[in-house]
Amino acid sequence: MNSVILRVGTRYLAGLLLVFSFYMMLRGHNEPGGGFIGGLTGATGFVLYAIACGTQDARAALRVMPQTIAIWGLGIALAAGLFAALFGDALFTGQWLFIGATEDDKGLPLSSVLVFDIGVYLVVFGSILTLVFAMEEEI
Amino acid sequence: MAGGFPTDTRGNGIVGVIPVLFSAALFVYFASLMPTIAATEVIRMTLPWIPSLGIELAFLVDGLSLTFSLLISGIGTLVLLYSNTYLAGHPQYARFALFLTAFMVSMLGLVLADDLILLFVFWELTTLTSYMLIGFSHEAEKSRRNALQALFVTGAGGLAFLAGLILLAAATGTTSISGIIAQGSALKEHAMYLPILILLLAGTFTKSAQVPFHFWLPNAMAAPTPVSAFLHSATMVKAGVYVMARMHPAMSGTDVWLWTLTIFGAVTAVFASLLALRQTDLKQALAYTTLMALGTLTLFLGQESGYAMTAFATFLIVHSLYKASLFLVVGCIDLSTGTRETDQLGGLGRIMPITAVAAALAALSMAGFPPFLGFIGKELKYAGAIAVASEPVLVAGAALLSNALMLAVAGVVAFRPFWRGTVPSSQSPQEAPWQMWAGPIILASLGAIFGIYPDLLQVALVAPTVVSLTGEVGEVKELQLWAGFNIPLILSVATFVLGLVLYARHVQLRALLERGFRAIPNLDKGWDKFLDGLKAFAKWQTQLVQNGKLSSYLFGTFLTIAAGILLTLIYTGMPMIAVDLSDVEWKHTSIALLTIAGALLALVTNSRIAGIAALGVVGIGIAMIFIVFSAPDVAITQLLVETLVVVLVAVVMLRLPSLPKAEFRLNHALLSVAVGASVSLILIAVVSSPLDLRLTEYFEVTSWPEAYGRNIVNVILVDFRALDTFGEIAVVVIAALSAYALLRTTRKGDQK
Repeated sequence: MNSVILRVGTRYLAGLLLVFSFYMMLRGHNEPGGGFIGGLTGATGFVLYAIACGTQDARAALRVMPQTIAIWGLGIALAAGLFAALFGDALFTGQWLFIGATEDDKGLPLSSVLVFDIGVYLVVFGSILTLVFAMEEEI
Repeated sequence: MAGGFPTDTRGNGIVGVIPVLFSAALFVYFASLMPTIAATEVIRMTLPWIPSLGIELAFLVDGLSLTFSLLISGIGTLVLLYSNTYLAGHPQYARFALFLTAFMVSMLGLVLADDLILLFVFWELTTLTSYMLIGFSHEAEKSRRNALQALFVTGAGGLAFLAGLILLAAATGTTSISGIIAQGSALKEHAMYLPILILLLAGTFTKSAQVPFHFWLPNAMAAPTPVSAFLHSATMVKAGVYVMARMHPAMSGTDVWLWTLTIFGAVTAVFASLLALRQTDLKQALAYTTLMALGTLTLFLGQESGYAMTAFATFLIVHSLYKASLFLVVGCIDLSTGTRETDQLGGLGRIMPITAVAAALAALSMAGFPPFLGFIGKELKYAGAIAVASEPVLVAGAALLSNALMLAVAGVVAFRPFWRGTVPSSQSPQEAPWQMWAGPIILASLGAIFGIYPDLLQVALVAPTVVSLTGEVGEVKELQLWAGFNIPLILSVATFVLGLVLYARHVQLRALLERGFRAIPNLDKGWDKFLDGLKAFAKWQTQLVQNGKLSSYLFGTFLTIAAGILLTLIYTGMPMIAVDLSDVEWKHTSIALLTIAGALLALVTNSRIAGIAALGVVGIGIAMIFIVFSAPDVAITQLLVETLVVVLVAVVMLRLPSLPKAEFRLNHALLSVAVGASVSLILIAVVSSPLDLRLTEYFEVTSWPEAYGRNIVNVILVDFRALDTFGEIAVVVIAALSAYALLRTTRKGDQK
């Protein structure tokens, strides 16, 4: 599709979507969002980019092959699940660390659950882009 | 065929040495348990495995399992030592050693397991590893075929075996084998006794190659000779015998047990000995004598008397020792001369003296001459046969005939090639290196030592094994070389006479048998036809179900959905449906109308882009329903997926020609109405019945305190049900990669 308006708009939209997708993922534990939704949003940004500027540009912008991203995501999710074994818990038990926690404030919570969600994000993101890029290129 | 032993007898370096040391260590460990077991105690070891199902990693060492363990690890050590030279410098020796060691460990697990499920796991592991071993020379078509045949026959039996084990566990309420045996005769009176017995025996008879399932075993000779030695002496085929022996206390004593085992055993023993005499290939002849041994062991397990059990335990050991030894000798002959055909062998005794001694010792034990253990085994066989209350003549007759034939075969295999005729000029045989004669000599000498000092064996192994078999102490009979003038002795003498006559006339007999057996249908010949038929059926069936037309797949899928739901609703009784429309608001109605309009447009349009857009409308309508009923996460996901699907479909669709004019298809219309109606009905039924809110409440209460999250949907996804999510994302990755691979291959295919 060769539209200047779309191309210029995409420059900003794709970036915004990517930032927004991280936001969606991070807020997911307490508000609507999460790794699945975040991954879908991020993928939408790149799909838009691919439609406007072609898959070659989109691949170049992504730098890494989308399949690689998906597989890394799966590995990260698995690692987050196995992490519980270090503390003698069952597989995929969430491990939490509250930085700077006080009596009534939980501080900054860090958890293996978040790592797992990042894995989910990468899997969804990478898988969808694998499919879309391949379809755009092959058909 | 190139003869000769490997010139480099150092073997295969560390890869060859480690398995030998490993199995030797196992043997030493099991040997150290002998004093405990000789005192008729048992050793148990239990680890929790699947506690929720009551399944444990339970191991039991008693007389029976220790006897088997010693045979497996001992013969395993010698076979591995032998293989290291036999296959010296083989490029895939590491693989071979791995398979053989894995096979040995599976077999040990099988005989030590005290839990039905554990037993089955090891049972199947022996099937798989033996498949690898039989098909080790995978370049040969015949090798692959025979390996597959062994896998299929024993695998099919394994399925029946599994069914039998499950029934057994259900009938007795435990998967513990000692637990089942402790229940005494309760199982024999159980209503499921007969089905359990038939299924278990289907498994053990195929594994232990009883007629008519015997055909895979001689074919398994495609394996390298050390594998055959191991498979035939202590492992694989003995697995079936082991299971029958293990189940003996709990299941024997009924008429069905007695007659099934007696008849199958007797037929196999006689039939196999006749077949053995017919062979001209040394290895094939030995293979059939294994069948004979298996038949005899099964025959004894059919009985209950102390004589029969003692005979079983003794013959089990006798057979393992001489059979492993003879197979290894045949391997030496094969390498030395380049052939295994009896007609082309002779005069090897002077050139290969050590091998010849090993062969002679083993063969004398096999033929049952005094003072070898084989003699005691044979005497016990006759004593056991006479002790059979019901049919002593049948059992003793079968034993006599098969023993006489055994003697003749022993002569053909181990006497004739060494001490008759001369070496053909085309061969230049030499003595085997020590690694290859050590095994045969040790095993064959044990047969002689135990024959002269039967008490060694009696106390250490036979007595505890008989205790395992009968469940009672004191049933075991004395092992004696000289038991006085009695019927067994007379039968022994008759065996020698008959056997020597058969040996003297074996060439003429062979021709006679050749003619006779041609008349008998052979399952092996039908095997390939059966397999071809199966393949043709699979092809026909695949073409029927997967015809490549997307519309017919969809038709089948939706038909199944509609039929499944409607039939369920009809059979469970249609619930009372009271549709209450009073709280429907205008926004609900308008969303519904929008969705319906989208669906209708998709149905009638013949523009692809309009169709895609119309489907997008339907999807967004559904997302709006989620928003209205406060499921924002689901709504967001639905919206995003809908967007991406429209893009994806558009990418494909816009390249296609415009839709043909929509035509009306009655069956499609009826199906879509049926699917819509059935799904609506079931949804209404679900909504009108009271919702079980326990899970919802549980997550509402625990989400924050336990998982520190307020968004329940996400907390469930990443914490409570993280394993499910992991499975799902794994599926996503696999689907994406498969689709990617498919798209790529298509393009390459086009370029050709």
